[in-house]
Amino acid sequence: MNEQMLRELVDDVRDGRLARRDFIARMVALGVGVPLASAMLADVAVAQPAVEPPYKPTRRGGGGALRMLLWQGPTLLNPHFATGTKDQEGCRPFYESLARYDENGVLMPVLAAEIPSRANGGIAADGLSTTWKLKKDVKWHDGQPFTADDVVFNWQYATDPAGGAFSTGFYTNVKSIEKIDATTVRVNFVKPTPIWDRSCNIWLIPKHLFSAYMGAKSREAPNNLKPVGTGPYKFVSFTPGDLVRGEANMAYYLPNRPHFDTIEIKGGGDATSAARAVLQTGEFDYAWGILVEDNVLKQMEAGGKGKMVFKPTGNPEMIMLNAADPWSEVDGERANVKSRHFAFSDPAVRKAFGLLVDRKSVLDFVYGRLATPAPNLLNNPAQFNSKAITPEFNVDKANALLEAAGWKRGADGVRAKDGKRLKLVYQTSINSVRQKVQAIVKQACAKAGIEIELKTVQASVFFSSDVANPDTYGKFFADIEMYLNTRAGTDPDRFMQQWVSWEVCQKANGWQLQNKTRWSSPEFDKTFRAAEVELDPVKRAALFIQMNDMACNSGYSIPVALRAQVTALSKSIVAPLTGWDLDLSGLHDWYRA
Amino acid sequence: MGAFILRRLALAVPSLLGISIVLFAVLALAPGDPFAELATNSNVPPEVREHLRASLGLNDPVASRYLHWLVAMLHGDWGFSFISRVDVTTLIWQRVPVTLGLIGTSQLLALAIAIPVGTLSAVKPYSWFDRIASTIALAGFSLPTFFTGILLILVFSIKLDWLPFVYRSDVEATGWRAVVEHVRQAIMPVCVLGLFQGAGWTRYVRSAVLDVIRLDHVTTARSKGLAERVVVTRHVLRNALIPVVTLVALQMPTVFGGAIVTEQIFRIPGIGSLLIDAILRNDTPVIMGVTFVFSVLVIVFNLVADLLYGLLDPRIAYR
Repeated sequence: MNEQMLRELVDDVRDGRLARRDFIARMVALGVGVPLASAMLADVAVAQPAVEPPYKPTRRGGGGALRMLLWQGPTLLNPHFATGTKDQEGCRPFYESLARYDENGVLMPVLAAEIPSRANGGIAADGLSTTWKLKKDVKWHDGQPFTADDVVFNWQYATDPAGGAFSTGFYTNVKSIEKIDATTVRVNFVKPTPIWDRSCNIWLIPKHLFSAYMGAKSREAPNNLKPVGTGPYKFVSFTPGDLVRGEANMAYYLPNRPHFDTIEIKGGGDATSAARAVLQTGEFDYAWGILVEDNVLKQMEAGGKGKMVFKPTGNPEMIMLNAADPWSEVDGERANVKSRHFAFSDPAVRKAFGLLVDRKSVLDFVYGRLATPAPNLLNNPAQFNSKAITPEFNVDKANALLEAAGWKRGADGVRAKDGKRLKLVYQTSINSVRQKVQAIVKQACAKAGIEIELKTVQASVFFSSDVANPDTYGKFFADIEMYLNTRAGTDPDRFMQQWVSWEVCQKANGWQLQNKTRWSSPEFDKTFRAAEVELDPVKRAALFIQMNDMACNSGYSIPVALRAQVTALSKSIVAPLTGWDLDLSGLHDWYRA
Repeated sequence: MGAFILRRLALAVPSLLGISIVLFAVLALAPGDPFAELATNSNVPPEVREHLRASLGLNDPVASRYLHWLVAMLHGDWGFSFISRVDVTTLIWQRVPVTLGLIGTSQLLALAIAIPVGTLSAVKPYSWFDRIASTIALAGFSLPTFFTGILLILVFSIKLDWLPFVYRSDVEATGWRAVVEHVRQAIMPVCVLGLFQGAGWTRYVRSAVLDVIRLDHVTTARSKGLAERVVVTRHVLRNALIPVVTLVALQMPTVFGGAIVTEQIFRIPGIGSLLIDAILRNDTPVIMGVTFVFSVLVIVFNLVADLLYGLLDPRIAYR
């Protein structure tokens, strides 16, 4: 089925000639997942019944206390400065965004009355603006009405250069946000853009309390520590790094919500004991970011008080091969983009290395339920998933490839060519899971005559932007490195930047950019530029699939597994969690069954 | 004595300066970045991270950052945390009550065990009581707190389900129930710390008492026909406690510093956990603030210990 036929089918649905359900059934029969099929319809603005999670309680409050445990406690409660996930989660009971992403990566309205689309006129045809209609009758916790002025103010607050807010990242490409009327705003973009949804995911703060504290004075606002938002819970008390407490907002704008009378977010400790407090003793209802080995979790779950929830994310654990030469200096710097790696410049070596990553063993013996297979670099949401890439694990094939390319085994079993031995340094951060993956790869490489030297670096060093330190992931002064690439939000544009030529990490840019492997190709660059201005979502997704295939086929970046968002939840709690947004982004729908 | 105190306080100024320079230099040399978490997030452009660093002055030379900190400190401005953007003094004061309450109680428990047990062991050395007490003491200070802490959690929280293992600074209940709750959640951490400290001190008290009990004045007191209880409390213990008092006085700054490991295990919001969080996140102002208070306390309590020495033992004079 080609693009044209697909479009005709979609048109049929829009015009009512084909039932929505039949369209999805037909797509499923063709091997397309339900989310993708729905996304296709959403993209061309076929009215989609919002997939509201079932919510049973019939009155506000009465749910008792909700106890949450973050093993890193929130340290501040102003969303514009909430650099860490812990702080963003801590803000969420009090502050809300215009919209949030559900577990399939589909945008759901929160403070917005509806999600803009072509059909409702929200998305301008020229891609230069998006119009958001806000919910009426939403009030801040102090009784003031929430209006378009607040939305405009948040953009001004975040982008004030003197403020140093981290949230400016949400507003890149936004030229201005203007008020149309009290409950309508228009977001204007610098140039036509397909990514119109980024700014709707920032939690909004009230203008009347923060307008006196713009820019350099941002730190002085008393409400930095006493949030007044629109959220389902009202602020009670806060001790940075230790405890956030809230109580039900009985004037919340959604019916029968919130369910819990009080909430508490406790911080500190470690992930394992946090899981224990939910799964074994039941002292807490929810614990976040439980990156604990799966067999340990299974033992704890036998306690019967709680369950583990695994939600798919778009974050792949990746092995990267250095395209440049990390061992000698060119123009005064190691791994200069102009240099070539002695082994990886040979496509046979890259291909052979790709064949030596035993993904199945990694999933079965290391990650368990904590990850899912990742054949692609860009795996989801469904519309971006390429079906063309099918990685395999095959030591014999790797051996044959290397042999044919002239890499002959020496007396010690290690292959060499032109006097260069295939001895490679493989670095990653210190983390028991990563070290096990390293060991699995090393073992397979040994069978193929590749000697691997493992190197581990303290995470705070590895991921730092310290220009003076040689061991950072940006400098990549090693042959191979591995880490988890987090990708907030569903749109892959920034994620795919890590293979474009203008993002190559070099001394001149302080090794701060995204392309760590130093691999690039004019064709990839061109496709990326095309995707930046492609306003048709279907065509744009096709461009991203092309980019994924190019990056995968280059052999320089090897996806290992797709990490899940791991949460421990009390058995009695019903919570719509998502791997595409904050765990607490759907807090208004949580209840105790 | 007044001149002695003044001289010691004057000497403290250069020491504090030196300590602060060393600390600042070590923190500046240590690798890491308070915004490391943003690094792997591809949704945060690097210029945003760079802007954050610049706005906090992290890109300035170390010397100018230190001078900036020192001048502000002399004006009583301790700076604010890079991470929570809250004043350092506020952060420290929030943690003081829990720290003093919990660690203080555990030190009292340690003393309440160490003095009687140590004295009884020394009065009848190599008796059954002494042997048992010595064995337990040896085990007590050999087992690290992270081990005993987790052991207690496994037994009393997970198997028996008697005590909570997550410490809450504000308990929901009110009145008597709140007191009971506070006591319940404090039992395990206080025991872990108190028994560890008590075990060490017991050995110390025992040897101090053993030293004194063989002296001539004790024999004289016994030969006068004084009751054994009076001999031990009035003539032995008073003399034996002089070194113990010094030891306890020198231990006092630790009460403020909290117990990093124990606080981490039981999630106690004390100074120790504040410090370790700040270190892990490269939050220089908080690390400097806490360690500065700590060094002041060490210097002050050293002085206090010296003064106490003189008060307890008139033979020592100050010049």
